[in-house]
Parts: sequence; structure tokens; C-alpha cells
Amino acid sequence: MTKDKFKAALKSFGLPRLIIAGFLLLLLIMAPFVGADLPTQISNIINRFSWNGILVLAMVPMVHSGCGLNFGLPLGIISGLLGATLSIELGFTGPLSFLAAILIATPFALVLGALYGWLLNKIKGGEMMIATYVGFSSVSLMCMMWLILPYHSPNMVWGLSGKGLRTTISLEGYYIGALAKIGQINIGAISIPTGTLLFFALLAFAIWAFLHTKTGTAMTAVGSNPAFARAAGINVDKIRMLSVIMSTWLAAIGILVYEQGFGFIQLYMAPFYMALPAVSAILIGGASVNKATIMNVIVGTILFQGIVTMTPTVMNNMIHMDMSEVIRIIASMGMILFALTRKTEAAK
Amino acid sequence: MNKNTNKKASPDLFNLVQRFSVPLMFILICAVCIPLSGLSANMLINEIVTRMGRNAFLILSLLIPIMAGMGLNFGMTLGAMAAEIALIFVSDWQIVGIPGMVLAAFISIPISVLLGIFCGKILNEAKGREMITSYIMSFFINGIYQLVVLYLMGSVIPIKHGSIKLPRGYGIRNTVSLLSMRQKLDNLLAIQIAGVKIPVLTFIIIALLCLFIVWFSKTKLGQDMRAVGQDMEVARDAGINVERTRIISIVMSTVLAGFGMIIYLQNMGNIATYSAHSQIGMFCIAALLVGGASVDRASIGNVFLGVILFHTMFIVAPKAGAAITGDSMIGEYFRVFVSYAVITLALVMYETNKRRAKSAAGQQLQAAQDAEEAAGKEKA
Repeated sequence: MTKDKFKAALKSFGLPRLIIAGFLLLLLIMAPFVGADLPTQISNIINRFSWNGILVLAMVPMVHSGCGLNFGLPLGIISGLLGATLSIELGFTGPLSFLAAILIATPFALVLGALYGWLLNKIKGGEMMIATYVGFSSVSLMCMMWLILPYHSPNMVWGLSGKGLRTTISLEGYYIGALAKIGQINIGAISIPTGTLLFFALLAFAIWAFLHTKTGTAMTAVGSNPAFARAAGINVDKIRMLSVIMSTWLAAIGILVYEQGFGFIQLYMAPFYMALPAVSAILIGGASVNKATIMNVIVGTILFQGIVTMTPTVMNNMIHMDMSEVIRIIASMGMILFALTRKTEAAK
Repeated sequence: MNKNTNKKASPDLFNLVQRFSVPLMFILICAVCIPLSGLSANMLINEIVTRMGRNAFLILSLLIPIMAGMGLNFGMTLGAMAAEIALIFVSDWQIVGIPGMVLAAFISIPISVLLGIFCGKILNEAKGREMITSYIMSFFINGIYQLVVLYLMGSVIPIKHGSIKLPRGYGIRNTVSLLSMRQKLDNLLAIQIAGVKIPVLTFIIIALLCLFIVWFSKTKLGQDMRAVGQDMEVARDAGINVERTRIISIVMSTVLAGFGMIIYLQNMGNIATYSAHSQIGMFCIAALLVGGASVDRASIGNVFLGVILFHTMFIVAPKAGAAITGDSMIGEYFRVFVSYAVITLALVMYETNKRRAKSAAGQQLQAAQDAEEAAGKEKA
């Protein structure tokens, strides 16, 4: 009886997830023995969590409405990048430029998200593959745009020709640490970016609260059983569109928060593969293709970022071989593969 | 009634235009870009012929999974990786020229088969989302490939020659030279016509593969694949082992992609160890789609039309972009954008057509029901 229960629990938890959690635990235990600086590691994990949390959160609305994992995250990131570059171009500086970036990014995210949602409504059932390629197409289209669009700010364009945006743009003097510096706590080597964490908590709470409103429940209903939802008088297409817009907007905000922590705007091909870490993070946290909670986001981001930060140091100190990149690829892609092979109701 | 007949006539024309919209668009792009690029006809034809020899075999490997209804096989990268591992071994053993290539092909077969079976089994678990799964699969196996080539080769797997190893003593260098095999296949039996080099032997091999595919589609197994592609449930009721048939189609595709990669790399003359395979899947799939194929229907004709149109665009876009905007990067980004946009467009068209077919069936049912109801009312 207990054995069956244990087996059932293991099955729902999933073997890959167990391996990944066990691996991280092993890394944490080993860290002090191989001479890795644990406080710095923990500080790194907290910081990286604060950068990436919202990008992972952007998965939640679309998973809830049955649109699957948002492989089209780069589309939202593009809106965020437009907001960031335009805010600098228009002459905003300091923390104010962060607010301006959010305000400017929002209309882009809403319009692009609406178009994206309209497209996904036309192709129900094939969302994930098409989302991937919508993301890729938009990133490569914007590669041309970054060169062509008439940006002039000397801090952003190539010095020699005076036009075309640079690949990486420093945020020094703009919104670097705009959130992280608010109420930052330093205990020894550990520094906690309170502002960023609070901002994440605020958005996470907003999404959680939204999912408990009437519209939010309708969204869950659409995701778990579209036919039933339609019979209950819910406008399925409208709800799906709303979820896609929310995801896109969250991705736009997410990249801005990422940048304020990281300190640089990365353009051109940088957003290309940004969807995959976010997708695998939420899956590692316990989400599936059609089910995700805020808890999955938090646990998943901590586990994923934990592995990303811990593996290089621990591995290097232990066997003098930096295999972290390979381990990260195998772990995260293995997790996505596992999730895609689960039989789910939405897979009809 | 009148309205109905109208509806019937227009979709036919609409479908026809829609089916060939991508090739037509490409002909237009090429027509605009060729004069702008300023390339001579001779040079252009030379490039296209070279690229056809280089890529056609790889693209042909995509046809079999499409036949089996598994969509575009993004997992063809697996075969490419198997071929690269085989070529690394062969160049370490210093077996040169055509014998080296043949040996590499033989070594790649067991690796491709193993990877193909693994991929096929996973895809059977993910029916209905084969494409995204095979796409993620290519990333997953890329991780394993890096583990093998970057860490195990030279430390666990014996590699004798220092010239292909990294200075640290294990792992393979970023580029492995294939100078000893470079264009050996292309140059054997090559003929020159008006300054255009035609790699006859490569074309003969490609032609043989085409014949094989035509023959294969007529065998029992080929027919089974078609049946599985049409409707899995019906095929299962007819006594076909659906799972096995699907795995075989992926294995065949992977093995052929491996051979194709060997042909591709002998033409290039070196292996970019960690990046040669990463874009192959995308470019091959884009080329096939440009040739007018769709996710569920592709022919040998699509392959050749696709190679010509796609690679013409690929050759002329940077030059044309530089001529228009004065920046060659724009052309480079443009061709990448077009590749992705074509795949996106093809996927969207496939899904909307699938839905339209479904809703048409639904409407018919509704109409029949309405008629019945009306009849019932009249009676009452």
C-alpha cells in the first residue's frame, strides 16, 4: 500500500525532476568540501533567481489557458528591448529610465501579444512548434531592424558609423540595479536584492490573485477542457488571447528586470534561445504542459539557477573540468523532452 | 445553391495559389535580388550546382518521415552528429579519400540507428507533437554529442593524433580538417561545361537515392508508412504495427541524414566540430518548404526546386542587401529571417488547413442535422 503510494508519488514527480533535485542537493553538500565559497554561491543563486523569475512567470498564463509552453517568449522579450532602447533614446536616465522602459514596452507587448494570440487561435493544437518559429522569425526580423531603425543616442549606436545599435549596451547611468538597489541587504558575502524580489513577489501575487478571479478561473477551465468551457458560455478564443497577451507582457517586463540586474541590454541574436531556459525551469519546478502554479515557478527557478551557478565552481574544483555547459544542456533539454512525452488531456 | 457553387470554385484556385505561394514568393525575391547582387550568371550557376550536390542528399532524408505522417524531422541533426563522430574517427585513423568516406558511412550507420531508435521511441510517446519533440531532441542529443566529443574523446575514447585534439590533451578541436577527403567525391568523374563544374558522381549518388525513395514508397513497408501517415487508428485496425513503422521511418531518415552529412562535409573540406550540425536541420527544412512541400506532403521535385530557389536567395541576399542599404549584415540577417519566416508560414498553413478540413466536416454534420430538424418540424 505504502509502496504503491510511493510509486505513484514518484511517477507524478517524475524521474528527471528527481535526478535534477538530487543533483543540486549533491552539489550543495559537496560545495564546502571541494572548497567552493558557499555564501557567494547562495548569493549568486538569489540574485540570478531575481533576474530570471519573471521570465519564468511569463509561462504561467499560457500554460493555464491550454496554449502550452510559451516557446514564443522571444516575442515578448523583443517588446521589452524596444522599450529599453527607446527609453534611452528618448533621454531618460537613472531609475526613471526603468519606469519609462516599462511604460514604452507595454503598448508593444499588448499589440504584438494580440497578434500572436490571434495567430495561436487560428492554429489550436500546433501552438508550441509555431510559437518557437514565431519567436525565431521575430528575433531575426528585429536583427535587421536594430540596424535600420533611426537610433542616434551615442551610448547605443556603433561609434564609427554613428548608426545601428551595438550588440551589447551598458546600462551604466541608466537603470542598472534600478530595483536591486532598493533596500538591498548585505550580510557578509551575501547580498539580497530586496527590491527585485519584492517586484517579483508583487507580480507573482498579481498573477495568483488573477487566476482566482472569475476570468482567471475561466482561463483554467479553457485550459483543462475547452469543450466544457465553451458549453459553459466562455468565449474560448478571447480568454486564450488574453492569456497570450499577459504572457507576452510578462516576458517584456521580465527582460527589463533581467537587464537591470545583469547591467547590459543584449540585442540581435541574444533573445534567440532565451525561451528554452525559462521553459525548462518551470518544468523542473513541477509544471507540466497544461498545468503550472506560482510555486512551480519559484521552485523551478531556484533549482535551475542553482544548477547553473553551482556546477561550474563545484565541478572545476573537483575534477578540474568545466562540464557545466554540457550538464545544463542535457538536464534542461531532458526535462523538456520528458514533459512533452507525458500524456496530457490537452494533447488531443 | 448559387452561393454554394461559387464557394466550390474559388477555394480550388485559392488552394492552388496558396500551395505554391512560397515558391512564387521566392521566385519574386530571386528575380529582384539577382540583378542587384551583380553576380555573373556563370558564377551563380556554378554556386547553385555546387550547393545542390552538397545539400540535396540531406534534404532527401526528410522525405520518409513526412510519408509516415511525422512531419518535418528536426531530428535529422542526429544523423549529422553520427556522421561527424564517424568522420572524426576516420580522420584520426588517417584513412584518406573515397575509402575513408565509405568507412565513415559504415561507422555512422550503427550510431545513426541507435539514435534513430531512441528518437523514434520518444516520438511515439509524444504523438501529435512530433515536430516540437524532435526539435528539442536535436538539442538534447547535441548535449550528449558535446559530452562525447569535448570530454570523452581523447580521455576515454582513444584518439591518437594530436592535430585534432585540443591542446589540453582531450576533446576535439573546433575545426577538424578533412583535407584528405576534400571534394574527392565531387572531383571524381567531374566534368566542366562552359566553366561550370558538375560533380557527376555526387549527382549519380543523389539520383540513386531518389530511385530508392521512389522504389521504397511502392514496397509493402512504404505503403504501410503512407497508411500510418493517413490515419494511425485505421492503420492499426488493418494490422500494421504503427509504432514499429514509425520508428523505422525515423531510423531510415537518420541514417540517410548521416550519409548526406558526409557528402556535405567532404564538399566543405572541414568539420566545424561544434556548429556544423546545429543549423543543418533548419536550412534543409526551409529549403524543402521553399520547394513547395508542406508538413504532410513532399516530393522529390520539391527537393530540387527548393535547393535551387533557396540557395539562389542565400547566395544573392547579402550582396543585394549591401547594394540596397550599403550594409552587408542586413542581407545576412535577411536570409536568416526568410528561412525562419518560410518555416513559420508553412507550419501555420498546415495547421489552418487541418482545422479547416475539420470544421468543414463539422459544418457538413451541422447541415445534415439542421435538415433533419427542419424535416421533423414540417412533420409536426
